[in-house]
Amino acid sequence: MRYLFRTQYRQDIALWRHNGDRFWYAVLAVLVLIAPSVLGEFYIGELGAVYIFAIAGVGLMLLVGYTGLISLGHAAFLGIGAYVNAVLLAQGVPFLITLPVAGLFTALCGAAIGRPTLRMSGLYLAIATLAFGSIVGTVFQKWTAVTGGFDGFAVPTPYIFGIAVEGATGIYYVSLVVLAFVLWVSANLLRSPIGRAMVAIRDSEVSAQSMGIHLARYKTLVFAVSAGMTGLAGALFAHYVRFLAPDAFDVLLSVQFVTIVFVGGLGSLRGAILGAMFVRLLPQFIAIVRDDLPFGIGRLPGLEPSLFGLVLVFVILFQPGGLNGMWLKAKQWFQAFPFKRQTSFRRQKSYAKSERLR
Amino acid sequence: MDDAARILQLVVNGAASGCIYGLIALGFVLIYKATEMVNFAQGDVMMLGGFVAYTLISTYHLPYWFGAILAIVITGAFGYALDALILRRVIGQPQFAVVMLTLGLGFIFRAAAGITWGYDSVGFNTPFTNKTANVGGLVLGQDNLSIIVGTVILCGVLYLFFSKTRIGVAMQAASQNQLAAYYMGIPVRTIFSLIWAISAGTACLAGILLSPVSMIDVNMGFLGIKAFAAAVIGGFGSIPGSLVGGVIVGIVEQFAGYKLPAGFQEVTSNVVLLLMLFIRPQGLFAERMGKRV
Repeated sequence: MRYLFRTQYRQDIALWRHNGDRFWYAVLAVLVLIAPSVLGEFYIGELGAVYIFAIAGVGLMLLVGYTGLISLGHAAFLGIGAYVNAVLLAQGVPFLITLPVAGLFTALCGAAIGRPTLRMSGLYLAIATLAFGSIVGTVFQKWTAVTGGFDGFAVPTPYIFGIAVEGATGIYYVSLVVLAFVLWVSANLLRSPIGRAMVAIRDSEVSAQSMGIHLARYKTLVFAVSAGMTGLAGALFAHYVRFLAPDAFDVLLSVQFVTIVFVGGLGSLRGAILGAMFVRLLPQFIAIVRDDLPFGIGRLPGLEPSLFGLVLVFVILFQPGGLNGMWLKAKQWFQAFPFKRQTSFRRQKSYAKSERLR
Repeated sequence: MDDAARILQLVVNGAASGCIYGLIALGFVLIYKATEMVNFAQGDVMMLGGFVAYTLISTYHLPYWFGAILAIVITGAFGYALDALILRRVIGQPQFAVVMLTLGLGFIFRAAAGITWGYDSVGFNTPFTNKTANVGGLVLGQDNLSIIVGTVILCGVLYLFFSKTRIGVAMQAASQNQLAAYYMGIPVRTIFSLIWAISAGTACLAGILLSPVSMIDVNMGFLGIKAFAAAVIGGFGSIPGSLVGGVIVGIVEQFAGYKLPAGFQEVTSNVVLLLMLFIRPQGLFAERMGKRV
């Protein structure tokens, strides 16, 4: 077992806790870089999709896991990012400009929707984003001049310095770079004063406010950053699906994003990636076992959403730490072997925190 | 045809669908006031209630009134069990965990209803189906009128229940201050489960009243999203506010369907909701109170 001896504050906020971290993340980086030369086309495509969902998941993790706000309209931000990117590309703007523009424009949309609603309790954000998501979905369908309506929108092939980003491998590497960028931004944001303000808001709004944190400003900032990251994911998503249909960005997709955060484990960036893997791989798994299930369960029309619902319910009731919590428990078990204690991971009794104004 | 009769017709139709939104919103508000949880599955509970009524009335051929009351009782018992078995366990977890839990439950309810009753729309015969009433020269559907009358009656019953009966007063006490109510010997947990039962029963009534106007199907739970607009307009925490908000949303929606091109009627409730949050986020019937650390 490793005991960290901290002698200075810098160690508390360091990105890497010790050299073991550096080593294992370097190994992981090498593995994901050489993956396309080892794995087949299909797996690389799926892995690219996992990265895209992980980008959105990291964005939502900042909002839900670290600031304690919930958004049920992130599919709309994904859609906005996707359409902004695709429409600008079709106008002949280079990809290296459309990608950041998609992210920034989505962040602005997030700020515009967050600014009025974040004055109220977090609950209003959930409801307002739900409404926003449905409005944006309708706009995508009705604004046929730009989005092409139900005919769809063919996304042009992007070029980076004259090289076409084509096929599963191209999307894979671009998504990997963006995911690394998003993780770098998030990790650094979280160890800055802004990150500490976010956690303070999550743990108690009133005490955060009394410590001089401007609630509405920080919440809007986080919401904008979260929406912007989802917009980046949307821009890549457009290239992943290659053909945009307006009904792809519905409430179910938003719920999938929140499932990423909950299943992955609230309050950890690693959890966002684990959750994205889970959410992307579950439908594949269903597709494989669909025919072998008894009683015709496999042919139910609403199988996928109800499974997501079931997983959400079970995670919230029995495993609030999510996949990241399970990973930490397993690690602890091995590190402390054979001294596992019953009480190591017993849940603390927690009490409802009233948001009521009285 | 922009005459007064046409306008009045739209108002009545809007008020009728608004009452449905108001009844669903009433369910949210009752639970929110008591437990500070928001039940995102309220629309799906309404869907389940509608299907239970359909089974009792159409499959088992019970008389309409008896079947309707039995369905409300069954759905109420379901709401009680929902709180006692599931929601009670997440007390102390952050609020958004409850949001996601109820959303997940909503998906499960939808799948369960699909397995049990199939994915086709169903309906049953009510005393109000396809009948009209002539009120002062104005021809109105009895189904719409029955919704309005049913809502008014329910509100009267709830008002009397909360103000006159012992258990109703205990509910008010538990909503206002859990700890004090607990010290006074009120079984707060049972009371909360009972509030869930009332809320589920209200949702079931909404489903039954709605059935002559629109069919019962698995996806009717999405009406719950419109009910959020009603609750937010009313100030999320005010019982008369939720009904007034519902009627406002219903009427605005009817006029939007009449004046605007097709497809926009669906989003008007959401637009109204967002406008309300921009202009007056605390709602029409807000209670202003200070914060306590």
